[in-house]
Amino acid sequence: MLHWIGRRTLSLTTGLGDFALFTGRSFHAAWGSKRIFQRILRAFYEQGTLCLPVILIVGLFTGLVVGLQGYYVLNRFGSEGLLGALVSLSLVREMAPVLAALMLVGQAGSALAAELGIQRNSEQIVALETMGVSSHAYLIAPRLIAALVVFPMQTAIFVAIGLWGGSLSGSLMLGVESGVYWSSVERAVGSEDIRECFTKATIFGLLTISICAYHGFNAHRCRTATGARAVSASTTRAVVHSSIVVLAADYVITSFLV
Amino acid sequence: MSTANPDFLLHVEGLRMSFGSRSVLTGVSFGVERGSVFTVLGPSGAGKSVLLKCLANVVRPDAGEIRFDGQVLSRNNPKAHADFRRRCSFLFQSNALFDSLTSLENVALPLEQTTNLKNHEIRERCFEALTQLEIHEHADHYPSQLSGGMQKRLALARAIVTRPELVFFDEPTAGLDPLRRNAVFTMIAKYQRQFGFTALIVTHDVVEALVASDRVALLDQGRICFEGPSEEFSCSGHTVVSAFRDSAAALGTSLAAIRCEELGRSKNL
Repeated sequence: MLHWIGRRTLSLTTGLGDFALFTGRSFHAAWGSKRIFQRILRAFYEQGTLCLPVILIVGLFTGLVVGLQGYYVLNRFGSEGLLGALVSLSLVREMAPVLAALMLVGQAGSALAAELGIQRNSEQIVALETMGVSSHAYLIAPRLIAALVVFPMQTAIFVAIGLWGGSLSGSLMLGVESGVYWSSVERAVGSEDIRECFTKATIFGLLTISICAYHGFNAHRCRTATGARAVSASTTRAVVHSSIVVLAADYVITSFLV
Repeated sequence: MSTANPDFLLHVEGLRMSFGSRSVLTGVSFGVERGSVFTVLGPSGAGKSVLLKCLANVVRPDAGEIRFDGQVLSRNNPKAHADFRRRCSFLFQSNALFDSLTSLENVALPLEQTTNLKNHEIRERCFEALTQLEIHEHADHYPSQLSGGMQKRLALARAIVTRPELVFFDEPTAGLDPLRRNAVFTMIAKYQRQFGFTALIVTHDVVEALVASDRVALLDQGRICFEGPSEEFSCSGHTVVSAFRDSAAALGTSLAAIRCEELGRSKNL
């Protein structure tokens, strides 16, 4: 038992160190990399434009549900006028950064892990290295840099569409005055809340895209499978680890910031 | 430490590599002359691909010395490594083409990433390489839209577009039919003469390799058991060499024996 714990601890520490080196090396490699701006734009498109529909849909339904549930709870205390505050604070502080990150992991993160895994399997990554091109600079760095911008932007869009969803369910369906709803939103949300929201979004973006890239890039090191199965296993691991890390990091950041 | 022969562009001395307890290379030494075609032959599992990956600096050998143009490639010499990368190319067995890039983008990639050439210069160089390899009409096609032979030529175009001095070929004819095998070796010989690069080929196709190469080495059980001009390989009396070289004839004899046995059995019945 002790042997098993020791082995697992060592393996976890080594893995974390390797992951930190991978992320650090990728940012370092971006420095002086040629034509990186074009690849960053491409990553903006992958993480931004392609993921926008899912962000809009999930944001809208989250706002609708929070508005509905919030109305029934507040109605018990005769405080329907605070619906805007409830929806906005729930979205800005917690739901938007976490749900947007999870959606981006599901779409952009899984695609990234699978793409890198296939490139590893078909020797495209080794080919880059033999050409004297840093695979970290060419494949990973643009995605990490884009994530630092795209995740906060997607979170902001999530908040906006969520607030509109809350107003739809509150004002149009349940009869809360639209002006009351929006003025309550305006009064409730402060600059600290927005800062917390964007801090979380940036950290989640960095962590999740690094984790997905790390698993895809190292698909050949998968111990349990090879070939296509290794790509599938590394993609699954990337999504599961990223999702867990988002929730764990959310707790840690909240406990420090609140 | 040995002194390098100035005629050798690549010089390998005492290369050793093992995976766990399994030794794959057990002291490989040879030299590749500038402008020549050097082929490493050997049966499957002899360590050819590992040797090539060590030489191309994709994996790090356990021991031994690799000299490129007189400079030792070691961990402590990043400048020599960078110089080596700049002056070498690698043609993969699987071609390793970027499937999300067009033919033109595939060929342009090493130039875009490793040189300071302007866009129009890169385009000119790429079209020059694609035209020389007769695939310029497919510049806008993706690798999946090309035939196997065209993909091989595209991979070669990408390998030579940087004007390398040394090109590594990893099993360039693996999985191809005899006609295509001939075509690939003809292509290598033709473009090697045209561009003047030094070629190091790893293969197990004896006949084609002997025709296309200046010198041949035979790798067996992690060790070079023959190294010399291809004519010498054709008439060598070395046991392993003759067994490898005459494997096709041996197959014919074995099949003839089986057929005779079957014939004898059917007559007895």
